Amino acid sequence: MKSAVVVFPASNCDRDAAVAIEQTTGKKPAMVWHADTELPDVDFVVLPGGFAHGDYLRCGAMAAHSAIMRDIKAKAEKGLAVLGICNGFQVLTEAGMLPGALMRNAGLKFVCRAVGIEVQESQSVFSRKYENGQQISFPVANGIGNYFADEETLDRLEGEGRVVFRYAEGDNPNGSVRNIAGILNEKRNVLGLMPHPERVCDPLLGGTDGRILFESLFESLS
Amino acid sequence: MTAQNEVTSEIIRGHGLSPEEYARIEQLLGRAPNLVELGVFSVMWSEHCSYKSTRAHLQRLPTKTPRVLQGPGENAGVIDIGDGDAAVFKMESHNHPSFIEPYQGAATGVGGIMRDVFTMGARPIAMMNALRFGAPEHEKTRHLVAGVVAGIGGYGNCMGVPTVGGEVNFHSSYNGNILVNAMCVGLARAGKIFKSAAKGAGNPVVYIGSKTGRDGIHGATMASAEFSEDSQEKRPTVQVGDPFTEKLLLEACLELMETDAIIAIQDMGAAGLTSSSAEMASKGGSGIELDLDRVPQREIGMTAYEMLLSESQERMLAVLKPGREAEAERIFQKWELDFAVIGITTDTGRMVVRHQGLVVADIPVHALSEEAPVYQRPLARSVPQAGEPSFDDTKPIVASLLQLVGSPDICSRRWVWQQYDWSVMTDTVQSPGGDAAVVRVHRSNKALAITTDVTPRYCKADPFEGAKQAVAEAWRNLTSVGATPLAITDNLNFGNPEKPEIMGQISACIDGIAEACRALDFPVVSGNCSLYNETNGEAILPTPAIGGVGLLRDARHMATIAFKRDGDAIVVIGETRGHLGQSLYLREIEGAESGAAPPVDLAAERKNGDFVRGLVECGTVDTVHDVSDGGLLVALVEMSLAGERGVRVLPPLGRHPIPFFFGEDQGRYILSVPAEVAKSITAHARTAGVAAALLGSTGGDRIEIDASGAVGVAALRRAHEDWFPGYMGSEELPPTN
Repeated sequence: MKSAVVVFPASNCDRDAAVAIEQTTGKKPAMVWHADTELPDVDFVVLPGGFAHGDYLRCGAMAAHSAIMRDIKAKAEKGLAVLGICNGFQVLTEAGMLPGALMRNAGLKFVCRAVGIEVQESQSVFSRKYENGQQISFPVANGIGNYFADEETLDRLEGEGRVVFRYAEGDNPNGSVRNIAGILNEKRNVLGLMPHPERVCDPLLGGTDGRILFESLFESLS
Repeated sequence: MTAQNEVTSEIIRGHGLSPEEYARIEQLLGRAPNLVELGVFSVMWSEHCSYKSTRAHLQRLPTKTPRVLQGPGENAGVIDIGDGDAAVFKMESHNHPSFIEPYQGAATGVGGIMRDVFTMGARPIAMMNALRFGAPEHEKTRHLVAGVVAGIGGYGNCMGVPTVGGEVNFHSSYNGNILVNAMCVGLARAGKIFKSAAKGAGNPVVYIGSKTGRDGIHGATMASAEFSEDSQEKRPTVQVGDPFTEKLLLEACLELMETDAIIAIQDMGAAGLTSSSAEMASKGGSGIELDLDRVPQREIGMTAYEMLLSESQERMLAVLKPGREAEAERIFQKWELDFAVIGITTDTGRMVVRHQGLVVADIPVHALSEEAPVYQRPLARSVPQAGEPSFDDTKPIVASLLQLVGSPDICSRRWVWQQYDWSVMTDTVQSPGGDAAVVRVHRSNKALAITTDVTPRYCKADPFEGAKQAVAEAWRNLTSVGATPLAITDNLNFGNPEKPEIMGQISACIDGIAEACRALDFPVVSGNCSLYNETNGEAILPTPAIGGVGLLRDARHMATIAFKRDGDAIVVIGETRGHLGQSLYLREIEGAESGAAPPVDLAAERKNGDFVRGLVECGTVDTVHDVSDGGLLVALVEMSLAGERGVRVLPPLGRHPIPFFFGEDQGRYILSVPAEVAKSITAHARTAGVAAALLGSTGGDRIEIDASGAVGVAALRRAHEDWFPGYMGSEELPPTN
């Protein structure tokens, strides 16, 4: 499996994503600068966490229009697997690649902590090695992580099995509607999620629940 | 020089210069300074930049061990951590700006200390802080806590550097002067440390980073004066932070440092362009010429005075090898940052500044640095508070414990830490809430332990013992996780040094730090002084905050505070005498801040710590907590809450339970080990001359204190967790991303 991690000017989880991919798959991803116009030949690309362009106004709004995103969007339509983590999820919604939007956390504060998550959907390249209903834990670290979409969109997401991760009941850190933590696009090859699976791929960091996500990708795409 | 006639005695006073200092400036220049030059002198000779009150005393601090690669005097200290790696770190205050504008003051404090570290060639890998606020019931405290915490998080989170812990305390002496001390630890290659000496003539001086605006003019001078009722009017002197630009600056600087184009580099912090250029020339033994017309400017019509004194953030000054400008410029263009050649180094020993074709300042560099005043200010040694305080010996232990666990200085800081991204960079192996944070050296099993400590109420009662205790506690916290303590950075926060009793506190605290550092092989490699922390003549408690860094050879052998097994024996290392003086028990339960500060026996401290560290290093012990604020029972509760299991505490035979359980004797650790291991540990301790005693055992879901009663872990958790969110509940928060 060949992969790439996009580097926006103030991405700050780009290295973490690269380390997690290398640790689980044994292969280093290509690091791709946001101003590049074309992705290298890869099976899978990560839009990492961070503050792409400072994001003082709408998070991810500028990144969604960067040169590399045009190519990513085109290739995603042809089936390229795209994983947007945290800021990457925000970029995907701004780019129109996923429905809905991320709003300021309900508590108005940045929240960094481990949260309980229930796997809702193992039918995807990102989640096939999880079991439906499996209880896992990922950390969140965001101020703008409160997912919102209209009722019709939400019903559709749920009806089509596109809600992959949900915050455990009573452990929703940001007020996200219907406890949604991560969703797929219609073609099921684009996943956006607020929690950070790349931060729990090493037992010394408090867990390895995140490895399963990267192993799923590896198994699906190799 | 057109401005010459504008300097009046009122302007001189307005610049914080005494008549004697002004006379000295005239003597050094051989003429009267113009207004621009006066501004330059005023910031360079300010307390903040020149350390004029403390410099003579700071010389007494030990600064060398074989591990020290760079001691005080550079942007940050550097220690050797083996394998060609170096840890680069410093702590710095941003007290005055944070009181006036808490979000931006704290944010730019974080930004400033990060620049100090990456300007040395290090990638920042962890942030810590030491925060002190006024009494919880003071009308401004809640607003200041909310703003400072959000500001620290807002900046550090965007930078992607984990904020891994720190201290938050409350005391009425900080009502008008909060303390925001931020510490940054970075990682560099020992052979690639960048310094600030601009050696050689004819080398281009380049400006990189943000444009210069009118913000922060005279911040250094503000930080060198007392506050009064009208301090809020100083808001325009507080800078505004832009962590996005700082992130770009960090990456661009590290990329430039991969080349060999840099001769010297320094961040523009306090006193901006003036102090960075003067200090670089001074350290390099060179002169410097600047052309202000080439400085990237955010606003039109800025004067030379404004540009030289601006404290706009996210800027750096570098001296490059001639001919390497284009290569450097390409890197800064990639990161969309300003880059401009604004001057050249010379061999004249003078700082010459041009603006719109005129020479607006021409000053011998040594006059700004070496010739800056150094004062031996009069000092009055304070008599240490003495005596055993009285206490009501009928107070019920369990009720007092619940009250202490839920008190502002002991309760959980979760509300604070959750606003800091402490897990980014995926190397934080011990998160906030333990004795020290532990951050792995990337791609190795080696790790750095980091802590910040000081107990100001001890320092007030006895500046010498209190400062010893601050160093000893930092050393102890690093030891608790199993790290070998290597070096400290100090952040000395005091009142007005022109008052003999304050100067006495400063001097005694420095002596205390020095003595503890010598006894524990724990040198000072960097530091910062923040004086004039007074409002309307009332000084803060003396607060010499200590930031300690230690090394773990293998992070897999690390101890944490959480009880891990039921049925473990709990052993206390170090002697429990029952010292109640200046304890939190006295303050919270008896309402008294009285008695002697607990003395620190540095020989016992070292012996006890070396013993505990040895047990962690060899894998015998995985559960350690130092005993500090609140004494034995509070430490046990913290271990219980972290490990989600109860404790059965043995009765204190022949001792009164209140001083035994709540006294704050120093040099103590609590360990939890399987019962059979406990026997060998106590035997081993006896031969090593280390006091060790059985304190109880783990298990159940209550803290049972024999005759004194019991309390559920759940009730303790509620008391511990509820105070902070309950207190902050009603505060509206500033926005963060």
